[in-house]
Amino acid sequence: MNLAAAFFYLFSAIMIASAFIVIVARNPVHSVLFLILAFVNAAGLFMIAGAEFLAMILIVVYVGAVAVLFLFVVMMLDVDFAELKEGFLQYLPIGSLIGIGVLIELVLIVGAWVVAPSSPGASPTAVAPDLSNTAALGQILYTKYFYLFQAAGLVLLTAMIGAIVLTLRHKPDVKRQDIAEQNARTPTEVTMRKVPSRAGLQG
Amino acid sequence: MSAWLLPLIIMIIKSLVLMVVLLLFVAYYLYADRKIWAAVQLRRGPNVVGPWGLWQSFADLLKFALKEPIVPDGANKLVFLLAPCVTAMLALSAWAVIPVTEGVAIANINVGILYIFAISSLSVYGIIMGGWASNSKYPFLAALRSAAQMVSYEVSIGFVIITVLLCAGSLNLADIVRAQDTSFGFLGWYWLPLFPMLIIFFISAMAETNRPPFDLVEAESELVAGFMVEYSATPYMLFMLGEYVAIVTMCAMMTILFCGGWLSPIPFPPFTWIPGIIWFILKTTFFFFLIGMVKALVPRFRYDQLMRLGWKVFLPISLFYVVLVAGVLQATGWGGGAPAGH
Repeated sequence: MNLAAAFFYLFSAIMIASAFIVIVARNPVHSVLFLILAFVNAAGLFMIAGAEFLAMILIVVYVGAVAVLFLFVVMMLDVDFAELKEGFLQYLPIGSLIGIGVLIELVLIVGAWVVAPSSPGASPTAVAPDLSNTAALGQILYTKYFYLFQAAGLVLLTAMIGAIVLTLRHKPDVKRQDIAEQNARTPTEVTMRKVPSRAGLQG
Repeated sequence: MSAWLLPLIIMIIKSLVLMVVLLLFVAYYLYADRKIWAAVQLRRGPNVVGPWGLWQSFADLLKFALKEPIVPDGANKLVFLLAPCVTAMLALSAWAVIPVTEGVAIANINVGILYIFAISSLSVYGIIMGGWASNSKYPFLAALRSAAQMVSYEVSIGFVIITVLLCAGSLNLADIVRAQDTSFGFLGWYWLPLFPMLIIFFISAMAETNRPPFDLVEAESELVAGFMVEYSATPYMLFMLGEYVAIVTMCAMMTILFCGGWLSPIPFPPFTWIPGIIWFILKTTFFFFLIGMVKALVPRFRYDQLMRLGWKVFLPISLFYVVLVAGVLQATGWGGGAPAGH
């Protein structure tokens, strides 16, 4: 057993265990924290598989941004989760039925899985040794799949603009700071007024 | 058995040596920070423990370590104690990839810069966890503030990093330094063509590490002490340690990305005889001095102005600069050793 294999089993074991705790934890904040642990270990697995770029992007995007939002929302929720989970077991029969159905389907699919024999590129090819993982990814994304990549970007942009439009509200009576206007103000535009003691500003 | 045990032991010894040296440096950076601050305000600063107060940091360490860590009654004990450990551990682990001189790094990985970026984006967790687990109003408000602040400034830091790696053509930190190794000396480093990016990175680094003037996370006039209100003794010390290590990491990043890392500013002897690590330490210390001066000179930002600066000023400028740099590199064919592809 070499070092990489040892770390593979370590990361996998922690990942599966923490994924299980995500489901069973009573406190939702603990669930999110274990989800983060699962993400980090998945990044470790990517690292062992040689996909360094994917590993880092997984941490930056999922752990650094998405999970922060999850944690944010879950912390702000004021729900008694223990109460919510009461009577949880009454869903056990139907839940286990669905679970067994999905499990059977998965077993059938994996059992019948063949990589399309006619396509020569379907088997995983090792990246050329002189090319780093990131460069290889960039070259294929920006040449072969350029239009798909651009389309994905456009979809994301539309989603972002949609989210902003849905949530942006302009309240007319809120005082706002206009820094350009403040900086452009000259001393002549400002009126100095003396406020008498105990009388205040009249009118 | 020994085939993988030996590399592991060597790795552990290397990491321990780096950590001890780093913590020693951080102890004196902390002391320097307080001395700079004091000098600007015409005070003496720490001057009692040891000659010129040189042992002050170690005295503080002893004091923190010997006091009783108090866990509040309603706190979530596990998360409460985990938060400072996460902060300190993440801050230290960033140093695994930093090349202090030619060929000397614990791990010379190809995505070094992404690793640092990932680690710094994780550091928000220590604060959120600490703020939430304290089960108290002020720490929670600070946690919310910090999450918004750090996520905002990560965006512009990401774009600044992209401009540098466009120029260098590599994500490897050592390669980025080597790409700046020209016959022009310090005029060939990236601070000159990417000067606006250096400014943005400098300011964003302070916001990312919650340094004054962006220390809204622990603004004592509004939030008592922010997310650290309930912390005492060793857990508090771990938070402070993580914070200072993160600041030194950011200084090292500025050195590597913009100021040629271990390279000598003047590219001929006798300056090139000086070991690279000396140059690296000097440059990092210079940036730390600047950050210390900012702390002493600039008043704290208001929160809405902080958000405005991040989203409406830095983000458009850095986005524009990414497009500009990419355009210039494409038009002129400059840029580092990017693999010639298709």
